[in-house]
Amino acid sequence: MSDTADKVKKIVVEHLGVEESKVTTEASFIDDLGADSLDTVELVMAFEEAFGVEIPDDAAEKITTVKDAIDYIEKQKSA
Amino acid sequence: MFDLTGKVALVTGATGGIGAAIATALHAQGAKVAITGRREAELAALAETLGDRVLVAPADLADPAAPAALVETVEAGLGPLEILVNNAGFTRDMLALRMGDADWNAVLEVDLTAPFRLARAALRGMMKRRAGRIISIASIVGVTGNAGQANYAAAKAGLIGMSKSLAQEVATRGVTVNVVAPGFVKTAMTDALPEAARTALLTRIPTQRMGAPEDVAAAVTYLASTEAGWVTGQTIHVNGGMAMI
Repeated sequence: MSDTADKVKKIVVEHLGVEESKVTTEASFIDDLGADSLDTVELVMAFEEAFGVEIPDDAAEKITTVKDAIDYIEKQKSA
Repeated sequence: MFDLTGKVALVTGATGGIGAAIATALHAQGAKVAITGRREAELAALAETLGDRVLVAPADLADPAAPAALVETVEAGLGPLEILVNNAGFTRDMLALRMGDADWNAVLEVDLTAPFRLARAALRGMMKRRAGRIISIASIVGVTGNAGQANYAAAKAGLIGMSKSLAQEVATRGVTVNVVAPGFVKTAMTDALPEAARTALLTRIPTQRMGAPEDVAAAVTYLASTEAGWVTGQTIHVNGGMAMI
């Protein structure tokens, strides 16, 4: 697993207070991990801070799963 | 009760009568207080009266970049911001027929938009820390309206609507958002009223006296306290009974 994936999952575990085992790559923040809309905003803010990237609102809306977040951040980092 | 020891507060418009009283009251409860306004000499004088646990942070809230920078300055100087008091405001009274766009915009910008920007900047940290108090000083005229104050009344009513919305957004994060709406309080702003107007006003106030800045500061102190944690999205009217809402 990539460093990015590890870090993303760690942030999700911390923010949502869920079991690490539940944070699979395919997990949806809202449907599987019990996040509400404010949680997803907070998660995006946390990703921005942790990875030093900026995630504009239209991109943030499309980040609904752990995988979406990992993919977006890796794309930004390699850009 | 209402102990604020160690908590960091930011009071905007601290050069005014109500702002200075709020800063003084929060400070007396033990808070570390950042005071802001445009007039540096008056801020310095207030800081000297308060003594320690004070940060002077002059800012012009008409500048769109000022609110975010201000929150950063306060957190760098005093620590995580827990209590934001949006008190700064000014009037530019005239009948609507004569009110130009510039008169409207200037009041809305400082009295409504700047408080929003400050709240947005402060909320990030407050939500993360699961602790925060945002208190905006509105006005009785935001609820009752007042001839000659379409701009000011709109801004103050706007603060109430904004606060109710923010309160719902962040309630699960330990942050409360409330409003204190003063009636006629003795300050430089109301001293500018003609004597006849002031006398006429008194007949409409059941307590038959104008408010003191400390009357408003006491309500703010309560809302800032840990004890007020279950009060959010509310407007406390401090007006001597002039309007009972």
